[in-house]
Amino acid sequence: MAPQHLPTVVVIGNGMVGYKFCEKLLAKSAAFNLVVFGEEPRVAYDRVHLSEYFGGKTADDLLMAPTQWYHDHGITLHLGDAVQEIDRASQTVHSRGGLVQPYDYLVLATGSSAFVPDIPGVEKAGVMVYRTIEDLEEIKAAAATSRVGAVLGGGLLGLEAAKALLDLGVEQTHVIEFAPRLMPRQIDAAGSAMLQSKLEALGLQIHLSKATASIGGNGRIDALHFGDGSILEVDMLVISAGIRPRDELAKLAGLEVGLRGGITVNDQMQTSDPRIFAIGECALHGGMIYGLVAPGYDMAEVVASQLLQGARAFTGFDMSSKLKLIGVDVASFGDPFIAEPHSRSIVYEDAHNGVYKRINLSPDGKYLLGGVLIGDADAYSMLLQTVNNKIILPPHPEDLILGARGGEGSDSGSNVLDLPDGALICSCEAVTKGMICDAVTDQGITTVDAMKKCNKAGTGCGGCVPMLKDLINGTLTAQGSYIKNVLCEHFDYSRQELFDLLKINDVRTYSAALDQFGAGDGCETCKPAVGSILAGLWNDLIVKQNVIQDTNDRYLANIQKGGSYSVMPRMAGGEVSPQQLMTIGRIAEKYSLYTKITGGQRIDMFGAHVSDLPDIWEELINAGFESGHAYGKSLRTVKSCVGSTWCRYGLHDSVSFAIEIENRYKGIRSPHKMKSGVSGCVRECAEAQAKDFGVIATEKGWNLYVCGNGGAKPQHAQLLAGDIDKETLLKYLDRFMMFYIKTADPLMRTATWLNKMDGGMAYLRNVVVNDSLGICADLEAEIELLIKNYHCEWKEVVENPELRKQFTHFVNAPKVKDPTMKFETMRGQKKVAEW
Amino acid sequence: MEAATAVTWLPVCKTTDIPADGGACALVEGEQVAIFNFARRGEWYATQNLCPHKQQMALARGMIGSAGETLEPKVACPFHKRTFSLLTGECLNADECAIQTYPVKVEGDDVYIGWA
Ligand SMILES: Cc1cc2nc3c(=O)[nH]c(=O)nc-3n(C[C@H](O)[C@H](O)[C@H](O)COP(=O)(O)OP(=O)(O)OC[C@H]3O[C@@H](n4cnc5c(N)ncnc54)[C@H](O)[C@@H]3O)c2cc1C
Ligand code: FES
Repeated sequence: MAPQHLPTVVVIGNGMVGYKFCEKLLAKSAAFNLVVFGEEPRVAYDRVHLSEYFGGKTADDLLMAPTQWYHDHGITLHLGDAVQEIDRASQTVHSRGGLVQPYDYLVLATGSSAFVPDIPGVEKAGVMVYRTIEDLEEIKAAAATSRVGAVLGGGLLGLEAAKALLDLGVEQTHVIEFAPRLMPRQIDAAGSAMLQSKLEALGLQIHLSKATASIGGNGRIDALHFGDGSILEVDMLVISAGIRPRDELAKLAGLEVGLRGGITVNDQMQTSDPRIFAIGECALHGGMIYGLVAPGYDMAEVVASQLLQGARAFTGFDMSSKLKLIGVDVASFGDPFIAEPHSRSIVYEDAHNGVYKRINLSPDGKYLLGGVLIGDADAYSMLLQTVNNKIILPPHPEDLILGARGGEGSDSGSNVLDLPDGALICSCEAVTKGMICDAVTDQGITTVDAMKKCNKAGTGCGGCVPMLKDLINGTLTAQGSYIKNVLCEHFDYSRQELFDLLKINDVRTYSAALDQFGAGDGCETCKPAVGSILAGLWNDLIVKQNVIQDTNDRYLANIQKGGSYSVMPRMAGGEVSPQQLMTIGRIAEKYSLYTKITGGQRIDMFGAHVSDLPDIWEELINAGFESGHAYGKSLRTVKSCVGSTWCRYGLHDSVSFAIEIENRYKGIRSPHKMKSGVSGCVRECAEAQAKDFGVIATEKGWNLYVCGNGGAKPQHAQLLAGDIDKETLLKYLDRFMMFYIKTADPLMRTATWLNKMDGGMAYLRNVVVNDSLGICADLEAEIELLIKNYHCEWKEVVENPELRKQFTHFVNAPKVKDPTMKFETMRGQKKVAEW
Repeated sequence: MEAATAVTWLPVCKTTDIPADGGACALVEGEQVAIFNFARRGEWYATQNLCPHKQQMALARGMIGSAGETLEPKVACPFHKRTFSLLTGECLNADECAIQTYPVKVEGDDVYIGWA
């Protein structure tokens, strides 16, 4: 309990802004007794990234701060208890749960609720809104059983909701908009049209100028009836028709509210009662409700400063926005609509690629006033800065949106370092360019993560992160610090440098590398990195130096929860014979292993004791299997579709080619794992374009794509060469792979490697196809050596008693298995027991 | 160095059982002990095998090395790379609790653990 004499500040609403207010006030002073009432059952969470809840984030991931944080800061928190009355005369608030809490200052941060228009039938089951985690749970549950879904409202939030329905697997998703175009408040008509066609391509069905007259269904929604007489049958409806500020409490207490809602505040965020403040989406300032989080945070800052006799005032806020998650870039900034004679506009439209850009200039062409970007919003942050800082435009302002015209190297003329120091880079946390550059020069900050810790830049909506990166690197380069990715404290070289050194000096062991080029005794970073270099140079048996390998490479199996290992034999191209399937079944049964088909088209067996591994492999090898290298940073599988041997669409035999490729590169160690696929036609069943390298059959031969990625950060592979024959393709692949093995940083996938490469794809193509560096003959010879040195590691272990001996849990009791390993049963197979 | 904290020296395994610059796990009085042969420095260490982070019996399978200018000997858990000092048991890169360490001695080709 805080001491009595401290002034008590009561905050009503524990949403994003209410939370931020607590954080900001506490950062300035602890001389307050803070009491928070929240109506929702959980502590404040990040509503802006709410949709990520569908993408697998949990409620906990979204929390602004854990409950412990409130406790640690001495905040009294009442959750699930709404305030129902403010008694201004006695300066107390009364909660639904019966608490009476006196206040010296009161902060209303009650946010807003989804606006639900008064359409007959809105009360029916299957009609939802999109505002809280509970709403999301309801939507998720409804989506699971719905075939057709609709979203009412084609604004920013509505489109986000529609995308969520698509992602949740609702077969048909409709967007219903009353206005004649999408996002009418942010973007112009031409931009809307482009957005619409892009969204339709994603599978959304869009209905404009549609007034919904009623919602049909017997207790549960089954259709929407429109004013024009048409009917749309639906299984669920999400309403996203705008927001309604939660001013009911203020109204009841006799505070001044706006005609169309919102608690009226002055520049100090005071309501008509000077002891009561309102911030966030419930506040009406200058006739405006600000439905974004950044202005809300600024309001929180103003009140925190006011309570400490500061002079900060709120003077309005930029409503520029960039829509995320929808799969199409959409951004508007400054004044997107301003037109002749107050401005002249430059418009760029590329219907083929779905790109629309408009920038509005001052009549003299000197300043940027605003604009709209659809389909490609990379320039958003820089353009917004140009508007906000009144930067004088270059003589050819069209370069701002046509950047890359002069070929891939051309400079678009905009450089973050040219911004004034006062430029606001992170508007959520009010961090300026000057603060960011100072953090780099004075505090030695060199990464975005460290910057987030240092001054919170980039922790809000995240939109400024790319700019943070550029500013950090730009400042470092300007300082003359040479940004070099050294391996770790023991090796002052980048992976590429060390690769060359070890090669020239014919170094073949980790100890020799450390003695000649390192310091200290090594660590868990440089050991596997050097291990990978040595493998990339000589492809010697890695078990000979197993103590420098990551545990999976040390035990030639993937360690799983609880300490058991999984076993995965190679099934090149996903092809497996009935006999082989029976062998797997028999072995899995004998050693009591859980079996599963993996995403890479092969069978994984889980739950093996380390001491059983050699026996299991002995049986597999006797049946003709070999190691699948699932444990290594090496080629995993080459996935294939059925191909021309069976499929009536297949152009060429994708299976045979996949098997050939997989066998060619199997076992070769690379900086990170590599995945591949071969598709027999453009239908692309093998998903080759999501792989590190992928091959697709064409009428004239094969297309080779490289540097794609699935996983957490999907990226499409790019075409390296098209319509080439098999021999050429393998030649290019040889060069590509060896170039990657030699030059990437440790644990860098091909996609990131390409993203970081100066000159990008054009450069890579020049090296691999046109031999611009004159190294292709070397690359081919080097990879040939690796291919020649292939051995099945498991065969070596099985046949070597000394190596076999290492596969025990207890050195002094080789027959005893780890007694802490526990399993239970699920769907008739075993699984690791939870602790 | 206090002889007073009398430990019993238990013979556990042969020096050749533990790979050079690596570790292995031994069963000592019903407990799982990770033994490390820091061959590069001619030193031996022993700790509990359980990693306090996610309670995995795994430290013996971790990579060893040194940290900082003082060359603090350390082991990294193979699961999530928490690192622990082999001298003090302290966690070096996170807030995990410290792990138990045990004295080790080698006589001839026999490895002993000091049991208290
Ligand atoms: C799906 C979605 C996506 C969004 N995307 C973006 C975006 O990309 N960019 C952006 O800037 N903004 C976005 N927003 C808007 C942003 O989330 C809001 O601007 C922000 O949450 C407003 O914060 P707030 O604290 O004012 O209100 P809220 O976060 O709504 O918090 C108000 C809290 O007060 C509680 N409360 C209300 N009355 C009482 C009472 N009487 N007693 C106790 N508690 C009470 C409410 O239950 C609620 O928990 C998005 C919103 C949604 C729903
Ligand atoms: S279990 Fe050891 S680091 Fe997580």
